[in-house]
Amino acid sequence: MVFTWFHRLGSPPHIYRLSERLSPWLTWSTALLIAAGLYGGLVSSPPDYQQGDGFRIIYVHAPSAWLSLMIYSCMATAAAVGLIWRMKVAHAVAASCAGVGAAFTAVSLITGMLWGKPMWGAYWVWDPRLTAQLILLFLFFGYMALRASYDDASRADRLSAWLAVIGIVNVPIVKFSVEWWNSLHQAPSVMKLARASMPASMLVPLLLMFAGFTVFFLAFLSVRLRAEILRREKHSAWVREMVANA
Amino acid sequence: MRHFGLLLTRDLRLAVRRPGQTLLPIGFFAMVTALFPLALSPRLEELRGIAPGVLWVGALLAALLSLDHLLRDDAADGTLEQLVAASESLLSLVLAKVAAHWLLTGLPLALLAPLLGAGLGVPVTAMPGVILALVLGTVCLSLLGAAAAALTLGARRGGILLTLLTLPLAVPVVIFGARATKLVIEGANAAGAFYLLAAVTVLALTLAPLATAAVLRIAVE
Repeated sequence: MVFTWFHRLGSPPHIYRLSERLSPWLTWSTALLIAAGLYGGLVSSPPDYQQGDGFRIIYVHAPSAWLSLMIYSCMATAAAVGLIWRMKVAHAVAASCAGVGAAFTAVSLITGMLWGKPMWGAYWVWDPRLTAQLILLFLFFGYMALRASYDDASRADRLSAWLAVIGIVNVPIVKFSVEWWNSLHQAPSVMKLARASMPASMLVPLLLMFAGFTVFFLAFLSVRLRAEILRREKHSAWVREMVANA
Repeated sequence: MRHFGLLLTRDLRLAVRRPGQTLLPIGFFAMVTALFPLALSPRLEELRGIAPGVLWVGALLAALLSLDHLLRDDAADGTLEQLVAASESLLSLVLAKVAAHWLLTGLPLALLAPLLGAGLGVPVTAMPGVILALVLGTVCLSLLGAAAAALTLGARRGGILLTLLTLPLAVPVVIFGARATKLVIEGANAAGAFYLLAAVTVLALTLAPLATAAVLRIAVE
């Protein structure tokens, strides 16, 4: 059958073993990529001609901002797959995404504020990106709170999946509305990295950090997912067997 | 369609027989708005600048306050289950609930706004625009709120959760609505802001009832 691989994705023991096999690879590539990226970013790249060493926070800030939206999309996609094909594993993936997504959104906000103080002169300006990011954090919180307030796992899965789907429709509208809202306010004296290109000595470490953060998310997700699957399947035969053999 | 009409009249009749509950959000809106001059300054020129924000935040909070009753009362006594089981289409049930909610909160809030706006220094010429913006915006809030109310129907501490879920969804409405109101008060051309507000509302009208109906089916099963 052509769709065998798809059906196997819906099987918790299969996903559990797959994740177990992938985990060490993901962990080691995270360590290597982030180590290389940090060395490149903090040691070998030159200071920025305007911002000095202050710009180096970009190596944490930009990848976490990218991940926050990426993880939300992942979560909404997994939730939609769970709703459409009634795949329990997909709901487990969505549940595992929420916490780490909220964490990266918070990291991008906090590093953004720390970067904003020396560069813009204030910890917080109502910049469209910052505002949209803040709303995204609220969406993650809402999702987690909704999930936590239902005892029935199947209902929590499907209702929170709907919230994730409604949220993903909302994200571009929020993005657009805050940009439009801000463009009519007085322009903040924002100094952005408006240059079209970065020198390779800065760009390469940044790309390494992007890759490292993304792989870190996958590594983290794989651990979270296994915990989530075990929690959900604790009464099933394969888990008992695995525990007995361990 | 008949279904829709019956449900709507039922909800309106119930609301008339519980005047306290029905009038609460409207009184809340009036009191919140009246607090701002007391806390800030009685000078109308100053108040005029913040009037759009005060009116919109007040209306949003008042609408949120009433959302808790949108489905919860019917769910508590089992009526909702019967309605869902008897409906030929859940969509008409959802639309009837939203229409009743809007007629009982959104519309009165919009009609009350000029009166409160006068106290905030809003010029008379701007009143039709203020009403129109709130009419469009509250329709959208009722639609989004219904989806959030359905999501939190069986949840523990559903009331607070309902607020937490609705607020991020309501951000575009508040931005466009308050902007339209501000432009109208300043006497500037507000057409663009009104079009955007209407677009968000039409989008909500198209998508939100579908989501609410699907969520409701999960919630009552």
